[in-house]
Amino acid sequence: MNINRIILIVVAFQYLFYRIFLYFKQNRKNVSSENKNLINILGSVIAILIGFIFGLILMLIVNPSQALEGFSIIIIGGFNEGFESIGNMIYFSVPIILTGLSVAFAFRTGLFNIGATGQLTMGAFTAVYIGVKWSALGEISPILHWGVAILFALIAGAVWGAIPGFLKAYRNVNEVVSAIMLNYVAMYLNTYLIKKYIYNQSYARAMDIKATAATPDLNLQYLFPNTSINAGIIVAIVVVIILYIILNKTTFGYELKAVGFNREASRYAGMNAKRNIVLSMMISGAVAGLAGAMIFLVIGKNLKPENVLLSEGFTGIAISLLGLSSPFGVLIAGLFFGSLQQGGYYLQLLNFKPEIIDIIIAVIIYVSALGLIIQKLVLFFMKRKETKVKQANDSLEGGDK
Amino acid sequence: MDILYYLLPLVIASAVPLALVALGALFSERSGVVNIALEGIMLMGAFVGAIAIQQLEKTSLNLQIIALLGLLIGAFVGILFSLFHAFAAVNMKANQIISATALNMFAPAFAIFMARTFLGTQKVTIQGSYKIREVPILSDIPIIGDIFFKGAYLSTYVGILIFIIAVIVLYKTKQGLRLRSCGENPQAADSLGINIYRIRYAGVMVSGALAGMGGVIFVLSFAANFNATVAGFGFLALAVLIFGNWKPSKIIYAALFFGAMRVISSSYYVISFLNNFNLTSEIYSMIPYVATLVVLAFVSKKSAAPLAAGEPYDSGKR
Repeated sequence: MNINRIILIVVAFQYLFYRIFLYFKQNRKNVSSENKNLINILGSVIAILIGFIFGLILMLIVNPSQALEGFSIIIIGGFNEGFESIGNMIYFSVPIILTGLSVAFAFRTGLFNIGATGQLTMGAFTAVYIGVKWSALGEISPILHWGVAILFALIAGAVWGAIPGFLKAYRNVNEVVSAIMLNYVAMYLNTYLIKKYIYNQSYARAMDIKATAATPDLNLQYLFPNTSINAGIIVAIVVVIILYIILNKTTFGYELKAVGFNREASRYAGMNAKRNIVLSMMISGAVAGLAGAMIFLVIGKNLKPENVLLSEGFTGIAISLLGLSSPFGVLIAGLFFGSLQQGGYYLQLLNFKPEIIDIIIAVIIYVSALGLIIQKLVLFFMKRKETKVKQANDSLEGGDK
Repeated sequence: MDILYYLLPLVIASAVPLALVALGALFSERSGVVNIALEGIMLMGAFVGAIAIQQLEKTSLNLQIIALLGLLIGAFVGILFSLFHAFAAVNMKANQIISATALNMFAPAFAIFMARTFLGTQKVTIQGSYKIREVPILSDIPIIGDIFFKGAYLSTYVGILIFIIAVIVLYKTKQGLRLRSCGENPQAADSLGINIYRIRYAGVMVSGALAGMGGVIFVLSFAANFNATVAGFGFLALAVLIFGNWKPSKIIYAALFFGAMRVISSSYYVISFLNNFNLTSEIYSMIPYVATLVVLAFVSKKSAAPLAAGEPYDSGKR
C-alpha cells in the first residue's frame, strides 16, 4: 500500500471538503471573528480532533504496541484501499446521511427527533415487503417497482413520525419520550410483521427482495470496482437539495422554522403552529423511512427479525449535530462518518474492537455539545491573531511617526 | 391466588429500580437540569457493578455483602459518569438533550468495547443467585409475608429504603427546598444567596447515584448475563417521572403500573387469561411502550414540570 499516495488523496479531499464547506456556509463573507458560521465549523473540527485524541489515548491504554498503526487506519478511514474503500464509504454513508437529514430537519424546526430509528425501521419493513411481494410491478418496469417501494417507505416513515408530532402538538407530550417509546414499538412490530408475512425460516431472516426492487447501481461499479455502491448517493444528494430549498427558499420552510423558534409568536403571526409541528415531524420521518429503504433495497442485505434498535437512527443525531443541522453540512458530515466506519472495518485487521469508533463518535458529539467552550477557544485564538496583526500594524504606524 | 403470589414480587422487583431511577430524574429536573442520560448512566453503573460483583464472587464474601458492595460501586460510577452531564449542562450551558444523548451513545459502546477487549466476550456473567429465600419472622405474616418477604432481593429492600430517604431529603430539609427552588425560579433563588451551580451539580449527581444503583439492581434482579443493555429502563423511568407528574408519591404508582406492564410482557404465558389470546411474544413485548404512549397522551396536558428545567441558568435574566 502506497502510504504517500493515500496521504495525498486524504489531504486533497480534506481541502476540497473544507473549500465546499466554506463556500456554502459563509457565502463568501469576509473571514472575521464576527463570522458565526466559521466559528461553528471550526467548533465541529475541534470536536472531531478531541474525539480522535480521546480515541488515540484509549488505544494507547488498551493496546500500546498497535495503537499508532490503528489510529492511522481510523484517520485514513475510507481511503485505506483507494477507490474500492471510497465506493464502500459512499455506500455506507447514504443511510446515515438520510437519517442525519431527518434529525437535522426536525432540529431546524425546533424538534428533537430521537425516533429516526423507529421511522427507519417502519420504512425498511414497508420497502422490503413491497420488494418481496409486489413482483407484478417489476414485470411492468423495474424502476416502477423500486419507485413504489420507496414511495411507501416514505409514507410509512411519515406516519411513524407524525405520531410524536401529533402527540406533541395536541397532547403536549414531550416528543423525545414518545419517540423513544415508538422506537421500541417499531422494533417489536418489525419482528412480528417479518415473522408473519415475509419470513424465510431456513435463514431466520426476511425473504430476498426481487431484483427489480433493488436500488439501481447505474454502473457505478465501473468507477468503484468490487464495491456495493449504487444510486443511493444520488437519492441522498437530491434529498439534500430538496430540504435545503424547503428550509431556506420557501414560505413553508420559513413558517416551520418560525414555529420552532417561538411557538407563541408564530401563532400570533397567524401561523398554524400545531399543524406545522405535525408536518415537520412527518417530513423528518419520511426522510428516515427513506433511509430504511436505502439500507435494505439491496440484494443480499436482508432485514432480520431481531429485537435490536437499528443504529443508523442514532448515528443520524451525531451527523446532524456535526453538520450544524444544515443539509449540505450533513452531507459532508455523513461522508466523514462513512469514512470512520470504513476505518473501523479495517481496524479489525489489528487487535482492536470496532466499537472504538462509536466511542469516538460519542465523544465528538459530547464535545460539540459544549459549544460555548469551543467558541470561546476559537474566538480566543482569532482575537489573539487579530491583535497580533493589529499590534504589528500599530508598531509599523508608530514607526512612521 | 398462587399466580398472584408469583407475579406480585416480580412487579415489585421491576417497579423498585424504575421508581428509584425516576426519583433520581426528579432530583435532577427539580434542580433545573433535564437528564435523559439516565439510560447511559444506568448502563455504566450496571456494567462496572456487574464486573465488580463478578470479581468479588471469586472471594469468600457473603453473597448479600457482595450485592451491597455492588450497589455502592454502581452508585459511585453513576455519580462519576453523571458529572460529565453536569459539567456540560451547568458550566457550559450546553443543550442538555444533546449532551445526554452523547452519554447514552457512549455507555453501550464503552461497555461492549471494554468487555470484548478485556473479558473476550460481550457478556458479563454473574454466578450467584441473590434471591433471599425468606426473611425470618417477617415472612410468617399472612399474605404480606408471601408477597414481600419471600424470594425477594436485598437490593429491592435497599432500593425502597433509599427511595424513602431521598424523598425526606427533598421535602423535609433545607437543602431539598433549595433544590426545588432552583428548578422553578433560579433567578429568585440566586438573589437569596443560593449557589445555583452547586445545587444543580448536586441534583445531577444524586440522579447519577440513583441511576447507577438502579443499574446494579437491574443486573441483580433480571440479568445474570449482563449484555451491555438495561432494556430501556432508563427511558421508561423518564416516562414514569412524567406519568408521576414530578411527584414522588405518584411516581410509586406509576412505577408499579409500568412494572406490572413489564411483567405482563415477560410472563404472559403464566397468566391464563392473557395466554388465551394466543398472540406472539412480540405483541406482549410492545405492551409497556404502547401503554406509556397512551398514558402520556392523557396525562401530559396538565403537566407540572419544573418551570426552569432544561434551561441553562443565566444570571442576567434576573
